[in-house]
Amino acid sequence: MKRLSEERTKILFEKLSKYIGANVKLLIERPDGLYCFREQKDRVYYMSEKIFKLASTLPPTQLVSAGTCFGKFTKTNKFRLHITALAYLAPYAQCKIWLKPSAEQQFLYGNHVAKSGLGRISENAEKYSGVLVYNMADLPLGFGVCARSMSECKLSDPLATICFHQADIGEYIRSEDDLL
Amino acid sequence: MGCSKVRLTKRARLAMDLVAEILENGLQEQGKFKTITVEKHLELDYDLGSLLCVDNNELDSGLFNKNKDEYLRNLTRDNVQLLINQIWDLPTEKVDEVIVAKLPRPAYVLPRAKHVPKPKPLTKWQEYAKLKGIQKKKKSKLSWDEQLKKWIPLYGYKRAEALRNKEWLIEVPQNANPMEDQFAKRTDAKTERVAKNELQRLRNIAKTKNIKVPRMGVLNPDVSTAKDLQAAVTIAKSSTASIGKFQGSLPKEKEARGIATITPGASSRKRKAAPVSSEVEKAENLQAIDFVLNKKPKIDVERAVNKQINQQQLRKPEESMSSKPKAGGKGKKKGNSSSSSKKPKSGKGQRKGKNSGRKRR
Repeated sequence: MKRLSEERTKILFEKLSKYIGANVKLLIERPDGLYCFREQKDRVYYMSEKIFKLASTLPPTQLVSAGTCFGKFTKTNKFRLHITALAYLAPYAQCKIWLKPSAEQQFLYGNHVAKSGLGRISENAEKYSGVLVYNMADLPLGFGVCARSMSECKLSDPLATICFHQADIGEYIRSEDDLL
Repeated sequence: MGCSKVRLTKRARLAMDLVAEILENGLQEQGKFKTITVEKHLELDYDLGSLLCVDNNELDSGLFNKNKDEYLRNLTRDNVQLLINQIWDLPTEKVDEVIVAKLPRPAYVLPRAKHVPKPKPLTKWQEYAKLKGIQKKKKSKLSWDEQLKKWIPLYGYKRAEALRNKEWLIEVPQNANPMEDQFAKRTDAKTERVAKNELQRLRNIAKTKNIKVPRMGVLNPDVSTAKDLQAAVTIAKSSTASIGKFQGSLPKEKEARGIATITPGASSRKRKAAPVSSEVEKAENLQAIDFVLNKKPKIDVERAVNKQINQQQLRKPEESMSSKPKAGGKGKKKGNSSSSSKKPKSGKGQRKGKNSGRKRR
């Protein structure tokens, strides 16, 4: 477990701010103690200082995971969020879409969201902005990227893609091995 | 009379002697100097501009073999005499009590003593500019500066002073560390540019002289140290398609230091951030977040347009809602006009004529 380099820290925060904007600060400035990001085999983990101190007693080769995995750095040094980060992103989400019950399953199988499945969309949805996906009962299902802005959505045809799929909670079953 | 006759004869005799003397001298002189007229079988070719004449006549092989030097000397004298004769025929001028002949323009093309110089090889930039068709723009040496109200030279004397007077204040850019010295930064950047230019100049020279300059590693095997060799080994090992990932290493082999910039990803020694206390790390993280959030947003035209469209769309339904009741009222007044789209139903209209009675067919 090591600290993220300055460059990677910036890349990580840039990615997170796409989904939760200025609320990134709240991940670091928490009333319940100190929290930090750590890197292990290009994966980024978010954990409290207490857990970090426990984890640092283990040799890094033996350690599989500690805290919550937020995502991983690709070989080209881009950050990719994993579904495991959803629990931390959902409460701070700035841009949301809600799915109709009929479209929920489609999304959970890893498909993009079409206009026909769109229940609601928050007003500040811009094109290519990060978006959190909920079902009508306000349960977070995953996240993606807006393919169209809110105003464009109104005019688009029912089969047009509104949101590109990035991660969904179906991955907990589908790609159990890859998730950490 | 006789007396005078004698006198005369004396005089005459004196004169006779003088003449004889002169004639004798002349004869002697004639023997000493050769004639100015030279007979030649073929005319010589003259180029008086370059004081040149070419004798195309055949050499007299008999005389030549008898006494080579004598023959050649005589031949040369004759030819020079002919050349001088030609020069005397030219129009003359008097310059400072000296008679000067005016030579015509030289016609004979003399061959070069040295070979024609090769064109200078182009520098890398010149090559590129030629390829892309970039032409050098002529800049005037002086340009008018509105701020200083002065003519400023493009470079050289008084340029630096003018810049100093002009840019005595630098705005601290957004996101920049306020404690950073922007002037020092600028001078640093300048020295860096100068150094880069010098390096490129040297590289161009090396290219023209066909010298291979290694970027790094063993520069000169005679004077390279163990450190250089180590660097060379490290670079060589990392110069595979997989950045040396599958290259074995000798026992106790160490990686060279200070070459990480030119062998990115090669070093197994990854830079680790120094361990700091959690409070410090938190502060650093917050700083990084501030940096990310304070980034000046780019002007996104599409986004702005979308926003505008969105607002217009929001406004429209309100307007139409307020105007709807009016439209409805109008429709009522008109009643069943021809413009109404509904089909008239049977049995609802008023009948003309008889309303009741038996049907007539």
